[in-house]
Amino acid sequence: MTTFPIEKIRADFPILKEKIRNKPLVYLDNAATCQKPQAVIDSISHLYMHEYANVHRGVHTLSIKATDRYEGAREKVKDFINANSTKEIIFVRGATEAINLIASTFAKANIKKGDEILITAMEHHSNIVPWQMFCEQTGAVLKVAPINLQGELIYEEFEKLISEKTKLVSVVHMSNALGTINPVKKIIAAAKAKNIPVLLDGAQAIPHMSVDVQELDCDFYVFSGHKLYAPAGIGVLYGKQALLEAMPPYQGGGDMIRKVTFEDTEYNALPYKFEAGTPSIADVVGLGAAIDYLTEIGMDNIAAYEAELLDYATEKASKIEGLRIIGEAKEKGAILSFVLDKIHPHDIGTMLDSLGIAIRAGHHCAMPVMDFFEVPATARASFAMYNTKEEIDVLMNGIEQLIEVFG
Amino acid sequence: MFDDLRDLYQEVIFDHNRNPRNFRVMEDADRKVEGFNPLCGDRLTLFLKMDGNEIIDASFQGSGCAISTASVSLMTEIVKGKTEAEAEALFKQFHEMTTGKEDDIDLEAIGKLAVLAGVREYPARVKCATLAWHTLDAALKNEANSISTE
Repeated sequence: MTTFPIEKIRADFPILKEKIRNKPLVYLDNAATCQKPQAVIDSISHLYMHEYANVHRGVHTLSIKATDRYEGAREKVKDFINANSTKEIIFVRGATEAINLIASTFAKANIKKGDEILITAMEHHSNIVPWQMFCEQTGAVLKVAPINLQGELIYEEFEKLISEKTKLVSVVHMSNALGTINPVKKIIAAAKAKNIPVLLDGAQAIPHMSVDVQELDCDFYVFSGHKLYAPAGIGVLYGKQALLEAMPPYQGGGDMIRKVTFEDTEYNALPYKFEAGTPSIADVVGLGAAIDYLTEIGMDNIAAYEAELLDYATEKASKIEGLRIIGEAKEKGAILSFVLDKIHPHDIGTMLDSLGIAIRAGHHCAMPVMDFFEVPATARASFAMYNTKEEIDVLMNGIEQLIEVFG
Repeated sequence: MFDDLRDLYQEVIFDHNRNPRNFRVMEDADRKVEGFNPLCGDRLTLFLKMDGNEIIDASFQGSGCAISTASVSLMTEIVKGKTEAEAEALFKQFHEMTTGKEDDIDLEAIGKLAVLAGVREYPARVKCATLAWHTLDAALKNEANSISTE
């Protein structure tokens, strides 16, 4: 903890020097999106200023440089999540597109009427709606494993829902609304025992812990760059090579083909088969820079530091009368979702904003979770590696003040 | 603390949030319409008792933030005794006041509702204030049972 270079990290994020409503910014909406370090911002401007052209096309120098940067970032992603090969790293717009890609390719080819897809009751809408749409089109059935009042998956119930009909298990690694970290190793082992492929939605988990897809042995892992200190609009689909090879392509267009005639088209090899059209080149390069930045700090160090922040925030919040924490899982990431007696989260959000504090107020794209806890919405403070205990003090002080004002 | 927010959260708003007026189910309502803001989860049911084209009673149920609760509470007070046309005219005034498109608001007509003028500086909160009025508009037009701000 004492060695965690918090001052240096804070200095690396230019936006943290901003004043909001004449107060120093306290940015606690990291589960929605993270701020970007100078290294990421610089990598993008450097590319546009010195090395930009289209990738995989030209024989000219700039195109070769841009391609090197782009493919170099793929290599970094591969190492970051310990994939076996860069062929398993597909660049998409974000976790949402990655899940939709799997629904329209893998699921379409492998899941039929009467088959079941198993998710949990704590999923983000992005891991509910694509499957509902798929089920509506195909007659497949969506099964939902329940959670308990702490916001944890009831594992025994989950296990009971696995059957011969289950053709895909798709679960969130860490819940965006509750902070719960799911027992994914156990989940994967249970599914593997019945040869059921597993998709992990890692959008929320990836900035908070080291992820090793080979150790997890998941079949698909998806995440968004913007929650990993990288630009918005870029994300990653990891898939095991054999599965990706067997899947039909997603979108048709340039780059995903090897040979096109008007009669027939031969698709390109992995990973390009799933990357139709000119990709978001600079954003991919930015993602590579974010990964370099994080690797230097070390994901385990980040996880340890954030665990201290969460403990501190939880302890402070528990002392506030009328505050109820939503999501009290034993295994939990750096998210504090809460409600206050008789004060609507939107009022909390506006009031804290006037103090320079950015939190999220709403349903967090997880309406079924809100229904379960019988709240219309929650206020959510979500922490990142650049937050401090002093900022948590500012937040807690703000909450106490607003309770007083509302009387 | 919260000095910047004085225009948005006026004392009248806190008062109506703590003690909403006309907060009751109306068993013999002539019109009953539900309003919903899917962005924040605010939900309200508006009840109207009509005599010809005059609103003789208005009440509501539901839950929402302080702005939306105060807005619907104030609205049920002010529309009582108004004709449909008068209520619609008020809605138009209110809409212009909260979206900031008109500077010459008829302050006399808008009366107490002026306490909600502060939302125009908070684009994310305008819908909290207007949900009640969109619901009333639907009730007056006798539209289907549910309206949404989205």
